[in-house]
Amino acid sequence: MRSDHQKLGFYLLIAPLLLWLVLLILLPHLGLFIVSISEKVGVREYETGFGNYAAFFNEPLYWRTFARTAIMSILATALTLILGFPIAYYIAKLTRGRTKTTLFMMCLIPFWVSELVRTFGWMILLRETGVFSQTLQYLGLTAGPIEFLYNDAAIMVGLVYTSILFMIVPLVTTLDSLDDSLVEAGYDLGGNGYSILREIVIPHAMPGIVSGCIVVFMLSLGNYLTPILLGGKDSLWFTGMIYSQFITRFNWELGSAFGFLLLALSSAVVFIGLKLSRQSLSETMGR
Amino acid sequence: MNTPDLECRDLVKDFDDFRAVDHVSFDVPQGSFFSILGPSGCGKTTLLRMIAGFQEPSAGDLLIKGRSMVGVPPNKRPVSMVFQHLALFPTMNIGDNVGFGLRQRGVGKSEIKDRVEQVLARVGLPGVSGRRVDQLSGGQKQRVAIARCMVLEPDVLLLDEPLGALDLKLREHMKIELKSLQAEFNTTFVYITHDQSEALVMSDNIAVMNHGRFEQIGSPHDVYYNPATAFVAGFVGEANRFEGKVVEASDGILSVETTGGARLRVTVPENGLSSGQRVQVYLRPEAIALSKSAPAADPSANGGQGIVESVLFNGANSMVILRDATSGATLSVTLPQTGAFTGLSKGDTVFTRWTADQARSYPLAEA
Repeated sequence: MRSDHQKLGFYLLIAPLLLWLVLLILLPHLGLFIVSISEKVGVREYETGFGNYAAFFNEPLYWRTFARTAIMSILATALTLILGFPIAYYIAKLTRGRTKTTLFMMCLIPFWVSELVRTFGWMILLRETGVFSQTLQYLGLTAGPIEFLYNDAAIMVGLVYTSILFMIVPLVTTLDSLDDSLVEAGYDLGGNGYSILREIVIPHAMPGIVSGCIVVFMLSLGNYLTPILLGGKDSLWFTGMIYSQFITRFNWELGSAFGFLLLALSSAVVFIGLKLSRQSLSETMGR
Repeated sequence: MNTPDLECRDLVKDFDDFRAVDHVSFDVPQGSFFSILGPSGCGKTTLLRMIAGFQEPSAGDLLIKGRSMVGVPPNKRPVSMVFQHLALFPTMNIGDNVGFGLRQRGVGKSEIKDRVEQVLARVGLPGVSGRRVDQLSGGQKQRVAIARCMVLEPDVLLLDEPLGALDLKLREHMKIELKSLQAEFNTTFVYITHDQSEALVMSDNIAVMNHGRFEQIGSPHDVYYNPATAFVAGFVGEANRFEGKVVEASDGILSVETTGGARLRVTVPENGLSSGQRVQVYLRPEAIALSKSAPAADPSANGGQGIVESVLFNGANSMVILRDATSGATLSVTLPQTGAFTGLSKGDTVFTRWTADQARSYPLAEA
């Protein structure tokens, strides 16, 4: 009897998780996959086949956008890591007590407003009549207004800004657990700043680096708002392409195929990243 | 006369308004084992970190092999440090840990491999270089930490209470092992500890530190039998302490009347004490002889009668706490292990006897 009760309790506790997984992840993806392998041959007439996937590979615009999105996301991830690592190191190792909490909060505060508002903030700074352009004109450094928006650099700035917190948090956590005496021992044995960073700090922080990179890469790859708003109409981000297939062209079949290709891409990049850094997913996410 | 390996001259370290190290001077000759013994918070770790280069002295000079080290960063000093928790790099295997310092010096790969194997063999761990740090036992990690420093052939090896985390049996074993490793490498060791037995067993010389100052520097024998100050007498080894007043000083013998009313006869210390001065007297528990029957009266010795309050059984280190019949003061006495006192129990009456030269007396600071 007792074990029956325990079993019931277990199933009740796991039910929300199972419902979530099945209803919101498994079923939609299954539906999406079925849609993606149906080809429209006439009005309400469909055939099963991989024609939608073939369409992607036959149209250079599609797969070039796809590759561009992947490369830009990898670049954004690398930039976020390069910018986030010193910040995280400073917070975790060089500050204590209240300063530490304050600095951490300062990183966190921008994330209390929606991504949309934050992106508009960047538009106010970067647009032709924006703060940067006005300042440069006022200082007499340029003759006319400059448009900083609607180029790849603006997209990159936005992507790094929106995702840097997700790099800093795991990095601070792993760097916090690095014993100061390990760094001191490194110096004591004749190491210099660079060799200690390479041989002691980075190997220790590797799980944090990898989990931060995975999250930032996924966020950048799946970002829709930032590339559209900061990159303008011609930004060519793959999520934008999926959106236009679904909403503008009502071509759900091709849109679904795109969705699946994006899923495959992110999985592949994460897999390669884990292999290259010799980390395992359970190890990096388990922290 | 050779230049000492390590020399400190009037070393001072201030933190804001707190003086952690206060005018410390000492030198350590080549190949000797020097311990700094003191309670926690006495400044010994700060002193060691200054020698290693992690902290800069506020004043004074620090010389290694006659060369001033002030302003020299830790990675450029010919000293290595064994950290309290050893600080072995968990992300590297044993071989990479030991080879770390050599890699920083740009030594060739095959030479690093040979030297790492050699030093591991010397600390008694041949062939472990492929293992991970967490695959070794506590004592083995200790030896790897020493090997990691010794492979660089430092002039001075600093050890920051490395035995603190080990269990008792292993600690006893490692004491002997550390001493023999030091003899084997013939390197100068500077060892800091709060454990007096570690310092007494291993050291050639001990410095007893308190409140940032050195109270005494001497051989373990000296520090134990001729403590220079009341602090050393109380900190190193067990001691009974009495407070009292000098009532008479003659023929090198002081007569002290304790606050409990007992009369003690003690040898006059070197710095001299005069009649009327308040003093504190320290007496080692093992300096007191016990007997079951009253000994023959001896005016040159101290004697008394006590009632057993409790017997603290601790094998060879068993003690008995007595209450003195005349003064009512408690007295701990080492229980002789000859079998004569096996049946001693609470309430028994015993006689004590100790000679005047066994006790040490120091002036008591006026409150």
